[in-house]
Formats: sequence, structure tokens, C-alpha cells
Amino acid sequence: MNAPLPRRKLRVATTSLAGCFGCHMSFLDIDERLLDLLELVEFDRSPLTDIKHCGTRGPCDIGIIEGGVCNAENVHVLQEFRRNCKILVALGACAVNGGLPAQRNHLDLRDILATVYQTEAGLAQGTQIPNDPELPLPLNQVHPIHEVVKVDYFLPGCPPPADAIWKFLTDLIAGRTPQLGHGLIHYD
Amino acid sequence: MSEPTFTLDGREIPFAAGQSVMQAALAAGVFVPHLCYHPEFRPHGSCKLCTMKINGRHATSCTTPAAAGLEVESDTPEIQDKRRTLLQMLLVEGNHFCPSCEKSGECKLQALGYELGVLTPHFNLLYPDRPVDASHPDVLLDFNRCILCELCVRASAEVDKKSVFALAGRGIRKHLIVNAESGKLGDTDFALTDKAAQVCPVGVILPKKCGFCVPIGQRRFDAAPISQHVDEFKPVAIPGERA
Repeated sequence: MNAPLPRRKLRVATTSLAGCFGCHMSFLDIDERLLDLLELVEFDRSPLTDIKHCGTRGPCDIGIIEGGVCNAENVHVLQEFRRNCKILVALGACAVNGGLPAQRNHLDLRDILATVYQTEAGLAQGTQIPNDPELPLPLNQVHPIHEVVKVDYFLPGCPPPADAIWKFLTDLIAGRTPQLGHGLIHYD
Repeated sequence: MSEPTFTLDGREIPFAAGQSVMQAALAAGVFVPHLCYHPEFRPHGSCKLCTMKINGRHATSCTTPAAAGLEVESDTPEIQDKRRTLLQMLLVEGNHFCPSCEKSGECKLQALGYELGVLTPHFNLLYPDRPVDASHPDVLLDFNRCILCELCVRASAEVDKKSVFALAGRGIRKHLIVNAESGKLGDTDFALTDKAAQVCPVGVILPKKCGFCVPIGQRRFDAAPISQHVDEFKPVAIPGERA
């Protein structure tokens, strides 16, 4: 790896909002390079650490967001990341443009919930639209994260290939503007 | 007498009488981003992606006649930035959800996004809701991806002599329509063999029964970026035009 060692390990937080964790899986597909990465970074809030809130152990250098914003909790988590991360990265199609969840955007939310929980064939009798106060309320539309907070870098792909994630992170950590090039940037 | 030339990004580009700046550039092997241009059709000048700075003024290179001594800038940060913005506006106006599009890997809008490094749509997405038309036995229309290049309109009118397609409405409400009383493609004499079925640069006009038939990795723009396909865009004689 070409990147010079930083003075201290960078703190990296990751999360999946309205995503499928496919981008996190692709991130894990950097395979043994994860060990090289761990020489340079330590993880804050992330599915890899189970730390519940970003920023409780000090500010983060890089926040990586998978998925768009589909409910109230997504908004809070995204804002928490923005507050506590110097650099915020949209990882994957859903964070970049809403992706698959946003394909519901031209449908009425009430109709969707009624179809899924009340009128769809094969439902158990008495199934109702969930209304537990613990559940975050869905938004009328799914939004890419740049419509909610300022985003510093975008890495498209469904998911972005592991090599693109590796190239992006190593460029960023080395202080270069990430350059992807043909084969690493794709929208599908 | 030597061929007349103009200067494109510091390079001398020869041209033949009647050629546009873009045709001369493509003939010389210089890739010019474009969506509404097709070598077999008269220039349209609507997508604006081929815009260059010609003698200090922005102009669509597909509609600007080549002339001796022109000073033309194309591959500059300023012009490429403007092209990226144009692509971003096209991406937010339609519903370009590449993972579910059969044209992915063959799509010129997508390939230009890759070529110019468009990583984000930047603007707020409009998520249009335009019903698809699956009434034709061989062809599916997904209007949510239309970029209004009018290539299908031109191909159907000029080559197929059927005038199956047209644009209706104005401004942001402009949209592609089908020339049938029902508005359905199945009620026209459109055929899969029509020229209009072959020219869509994006994923609006799709043949049925062969979705995703080319594996990822073997699609048109998988192996080489669109700029290396420049030979496919070189000028040819336009049917019905004087040579």
C-alpha cells in the first residue's frame, strides 16, 4: 500500500440507513486488505463494532453512509453522523440517489402500507399496519442523503465494488482526491 | 491545396466542406460527448453535451459548421464541468435506476456519467411517474428514462416513414408520446426492425424477451469507456442529404 501512515489512526464510522447492507458486504469484500486498513483506521459506530452512537468516543474523521433516508430515525442518525464526522461519504446507489427504496416515491405511503399489511394475499388474519410507538415513522418519500445533509464524497454503485471502496478509502486516507476511473465507477 | 483546419484544444483538426466541428473532431478520432447526435441523422443540437467554446463563445459543436482558423476548446475543466451539470440535470429529471434497467452497460447517458466522473445527481431528484407501455408484442416503452433527444422521433419519421413518436408539451412538461388514438404502441405499425427501435441512447425503447441477455462484463461499455468507441460515431452519409 502506497499511503503514508497518518500520525494517528483515523476514526471511521459506518451505518446503513434505508439500505440492504450490500454496500457493507462489498466493503468486507476488500478481504485481507481490511487488516491493512486497520493499521490506518479504527472503527467508531459501525455494524462491525456495535458502538451505538457516533461521536460518543470523540469526533470521527470519516463517516460512511449506506442507504437513503426513508424514516425519521434515518434522519436522526444521518444528522448525528454529519455533526460528528469531518468527512461524510455517500456509499452506494441508495445513499447517492435513493436507489431501490426510492422506487416507492411515486406511490402513496398509506396505499403501500395498506397493500403490504392489509390487502396483500397470504397475510395472517387480523394483520394490521404496525403502529408501535417504538417504530420510526416512515417518510412520504425516500431521499438520497444529499437532500438532507451536506455530503463531501459520493461513491455510486449497487454495490460499489470492493476495489472501488478500497481505492476510494486509500486515496482519501492518503490525502488525495479519490480517483476511480473506468471499471470502478458504475451505477449498477 | 492543403485541407483547411481549425484548432481543437491546441490540435489541428482537418475538415471537409459541410462538416460540423463535432463531425470533424470525431473523424479525427477525438471523442465528443453527445446524446442527441447520431451519425446517420441531421444534427439536433438539443442535449447540449457537445457544447464547446468556439472562438470564445459557447456553442453546440454538432450544429456549428467547421471553418478554417476556429479556436475551439472542448476538453477543459470549464467545459467538462458544464457537461457534468447537464448530465446531472438529465439524471434527476428522469428515473434512472440503473440496477433495474436492461439498458445498463449499453446506455450512453450512463457511459457519459462514467466518462465524465459524475458521482452524484447533485440536484433534488424528481422521481417522475410516467406509466410504461407494454402494449406492443415485441417492444416495451419506459418513458421514465426519456431524455427527449428525439432520435426515435427522427428515425421513425425520416427512415421508417411511420411517424410513430413525437414530443408533446413544453418545458418541464415536455414528454414523448406515441402517435395512436389510444396513445399505445401496440396500436401503431411500429416493428422491432424499425430504425426507431435501434437508436434510443437510453433505456426507453427496449426489445422484449431478451432482458439482461448480455452478462455484466460483456456489455457494450463494460470493457472500454465510451470515449474509446469513437470510431462508432464517425460521420457517415446521412440518408437523403446531399453528399
